Amino acid sequence: MNLQPVTMHLTDLSLFSQGILVSAALVLFTSFVMLAQARIQPLIYTFAWQGVLLSVTTALVALVSGHTHLYISALLTFVLKALLIPWMLYRLVQRLHIQQDVEIVSHPSLTLLGGAVLVVFCYYVALPVAQLSTLVTRNTIAVSMAIVLLGMLLMITRRTAVAQVIGFMSIENGLFFAAVASTYGMPMIVELGIAFDVLVAAVLFGVFFFQIRTSIDSLDVDRLNRLSEREE
Amino acid sequence: MADNLNGWLFAALQTLLFIGGAPLLAGWIKRLKCHLQNRAAPSLFQPYRDLAKLFTKDLVLAQNASWIFRTTPYVVFGAMLLAASTVPLVAIPLPTSAIADVIVLVGFFSLARFFQALAGMDIGTAFGGMGASREMTVASLAEPATLMAVFTLTMTASTTNLSVAMQHILNAGLVLRPSFLFALLSLAMVAVAETGRIPIDNPATHLELTMLHEAMVLEYGARHLALIDWAGMIKLTIYAVLISNIFFPWGISRQLTLSGLVLGTVAVTAKLALLAVLLALWETVLAKMRLFRVPQFLGFAFLLSLLGILMHVILETSV
Amino acid sequence: MNPLYLVLGLPLGGGLVLALVRSHRIAGLINVAVSTATCGASVWLALNVLGTGPELSPDKLFYIDAFNVYLVALTAFVGMTTAIFSRPYMQHEVERGRVGSQRMRLYHSMYQGFLFAMLLALTTNNMGVLWVAMEAATLTTVLLVSLYRTPESVEAAWKYFILCGVGIAQALFGTVLLYFAAERRLGAKRNDSLLWSVLHTHAAQLDPAVLAIAFVFLLVGYGTKVGLVPLHNWLPDAHSEGPTPMSAVLSGLLLNVALYALVRVKMLVDGSLHTALAGHLMMGFGLLSFLVAGLFLHRQHDIKRMYSYSSIEHMGLTTFAFGIGGALATFAALLHMTVHSLTKSAIFVTVGHAAQLAGTQRIEHIRGLIRTQPAVGWGLLAGSLAIAGFPPFGVFMSEFLVLNATMKSWPWLTVPLLLGLAIAFAGLFRHLHPMIYGTPPVGQTRVKANMLPVMVHLALVLWLGLSIPLFLAHWFEQATQLISGSLPV
Repeated sequence: MNLQPVTMHLTDLSLFSQGILVSAALVLFTSFVMLAQARIQPLIYTFAWQGVLLSVTTALVALVSGHTHLYISALLTFVLKALLIPWMLYRLVQRLHIQQDVEIVSHPSLTLLGGAVLVVFCYYVALPVAQLSTLVTRNTIAVSMAIVLLGMLLMITRRTAVAQVIGFMSIENGLFFAAVASTYGMPMIVELGIAFDVLVAAVLFGVFFFQIRTSIDSLDVDRLNRLSEREE
Repeated sequence: MADNLNGWLFAALQTLLFIGGAPLLAGWIKRLKCHLQNRAAPSLFQPYRDLAKLFTKDLVLAQNASWIFRTTPYVVFGAMLLAASTVPLVAIPLPTSAIADVIVLVGFFSLARFFQALAGMDIGTAFGGMGASREMTVASLAEPATLMAVFTLTMTASTTNLSVAMQHILNAGLVLRPSFLFALLSLAMVAVAETGRIPIDNPATHLELTMLHEAMVLEYGARHLALIDWAGMIKLTIYAVLISNIFFPWGISRQLTLSGLVLGTVAVTAKLALLAVLLALWETVLAKMRLFRVPQFLGFAFLLSLLGILMHVILETSV
Repeated sequence: MNPLYLVLGLPLGGGLVLALVRSHRIAGLINVAVSTATCGASVWLALNVLGTGPELSPDKLFYIDAFNVYLVALTAFVGMTTAIFSRPYMQHEVERGRVGSQRMRLYHSMYQGFLFAMLLALTTNNMGVLWVAMEAATLTTVLLVSLYRTPESVEAAWKYFILCGVGIAQALFGTVLLYFAAERRLGAKRNDSLLWSVLHTHAAQLDPAVLAIAFVFLLVGYGTKVGLVPLHNWLPDAHSEGPTPMSAVLSGLLLNVALYALVRVKMLVDGSLHTALAGHLMMGFGLLSFLVAGLFLHRQHDIKRMYSYSSIEHMGLTTFAFGIGGALATFAALLHMTVHSLTKSAIFVTVGHAAQLAGTQRIEHIRGLIRTQPAVGWGLLAGSLAIAGFPPFGVFMSEFLVLNATMKSWPWLTVPLLLGLAIAFAGLFRHLHPMIYGTPPVGQTRVKANMLPVMVHLALVLWLGLSIPLFLAHWFEQATQLISGSLPV
């Protein structure tokens, strides 16, 4: 294995490797779109697109690196993150009759700029890791971390349960991407385990939508404030 | 000496082609939009006829119009003319390429905008002032985004000179750059705002509440209006050429040979025609935004250009 | 047959079977039977491992050493006693109409599922599977927290889900970084790079910079599940709103397993870094949790909430002790983990009865337990005395050892420790006294209480406090040597 750091110039890379970078950037872009998107249904579509782009990226990495197990991961991601989970969310939103809801996002521009600051932060945190790596995808480690943090930002800035779940799922997307970018994916058993956990989590979130709805008659989780440490 | 002279001649010809072709592009977009919206389309050359009609009309000036009001059309047109002369249209190696700097270009645009806003306020009507203030609001948000988008490009080419940058991109061949993707999107959004298209402004309407650009020039008539309208068309063309020639420079002539120039002209015409189709589609699909949503739109454009720079640093430089 | 497969297979199979059993009476019995069998299998496993030393399963998926095997035994034991307690307790809840039989099916199935997830987390050799099992532990319990479907319980469950989900996501990022560091060194054998057995032997070769970043993420991730301040918000809510047997296993087991994961990671990081970064971070977070939770004890109005803050406090202390490192502190931490699990699950069992007796969890409405039902009152008193660190009990022993270790390596830190213990003691007893000795409200009647698990637990804690039995001391010593690299004197 070659441990010498190889200096990499964009122009020296094959078109497919460049494609990895472009689709990685697009995945990040979808994260920003989700931050800016106040409507529930387009939010779900954007999340589905993130899943599509993520699986495209993974497939490209598989093509460039020759790690065939990544094709399975790409397929798994596509089925789970681009089809199944968005479909489940879509159905839930239909059944709860909230598909037309528009959330009031406070300080949208500030949130987006905050997201850009997070990207810079991730760049600096991931720099020592990327410097050690010799993979084609090493530059995308920072991007994957940024997707994780942007997912968190989405969860913090939103108040509806659906948006928070999408934030949660996009954190999972970022983590999966991190595994692909830094090590060409995790061992298969771990990946299957994670996929199973994510699927179960998605189902449970669906159950919770109904429980929250029946208990507070809304999906605005800001109203979940009965339990807190205040003097009574 | 002869080479040099030839060069200048070509540069002048290119500029003439630029300003002469601008109304054609405007007419083409209008026609496409009409077709898309199932309306009867005017002729491709309608903008020329409109301009010609305006030039022949008698000039009527407001009583309290100062010299600013009267000189503004010429300043605006002049600025656009100079801006057009700096942008490589069909060929790169021209003597004007020495001043073909992006920052100069942005400077010309703001000069024109500055005078237009002054003229809008000069007469003292409510609409003029309102239009001027709206235009400046949009500009103050759009300009940083433009510059950031352009900086993304210049970080790759290490220059702010358009000709050199295009040369650099052509030499590199087909390279997929994530940063360019963002810069392209950002520049497209800014262009839409700057040239007063949907969803920021509607070029076809005089509805008082929604006007931006039109409100400023409401008091103009005859040849003044013709010049300002023409300048607007040139500005649209400049943005279209910038987008198509920076991000897709293939076809532009690198030598001043006849075949090269012919090929360059054909290529740029095709690119602009295609871009116009996209713009017409965009304008048909989208509805005009409420005015207070505009800062958000431009904020997103700014964010995109910022992301472009970040992507350049993060993804495209080797660590 | 390897007892390991029994330990894992019984709860998994039990969970699947219980999902099909309609009658909650039969399900309760099956639950007890399966838990008891699991406990038996885990003791068998423990005896095996203690006889032969660390054992790596042939497929390299499982690794059992002295450190995790004692936690396996503890988990299975507390799982068994809580199952015994849960049968009549949940029966009573059904009779009160708080849960239907459909939800009881979910409850029993998920109870075993939770035990399976915890035992898998403890026995797996793969750091990735460890993460998966930790996440699965959240997923299995989250619906149990909202079992009563009150607005409060739904809120608690949602908080638990979201906070733990996001927190544990950080741990996955840390695991990815760990894999990254390992992959660079161990290259070719991709699938082995996340195996604990492989990582631990090659720890010295792993890149320190990457491991330091990885540790921070893993600390935040697993620390959320341990309930370290400031990531503890979910813990009091989830403990107070869920059914009491759930509080007992969450507090007594889940927190331990999360801490176990953290200590495993610390062992790797220490091997690579050769600095005390990991230890210092754990000491800092541990001490903070210890002090903050002690202060919060004073202002509680809900009895289960109060004892869950006490759990945060004790987990903080244990994390602190593991952070100090060294043989003595590690020994103390292991002991503390054990006695805290036993005591805290006993307390939650008693508290469950007390709450049923008073019909509420509000502290100001629980009065005069010792007069209405002496067994419950005495149980709560003894449990609270034990958890506060009164001398004959095991908690005193372990806390004394922690103080000793602190005195040796960080003398000035004994001051905040002693202060924290005093604050926590005062916080507990100012609420406890009226609950036990106050005048009982008119019409308060006894409930059917099964105090056997409580007595067994407290007797064990007492035994551990008086003299640690030889085989257990040997056990702890082996684990201490594994973790700290040296034997306690």
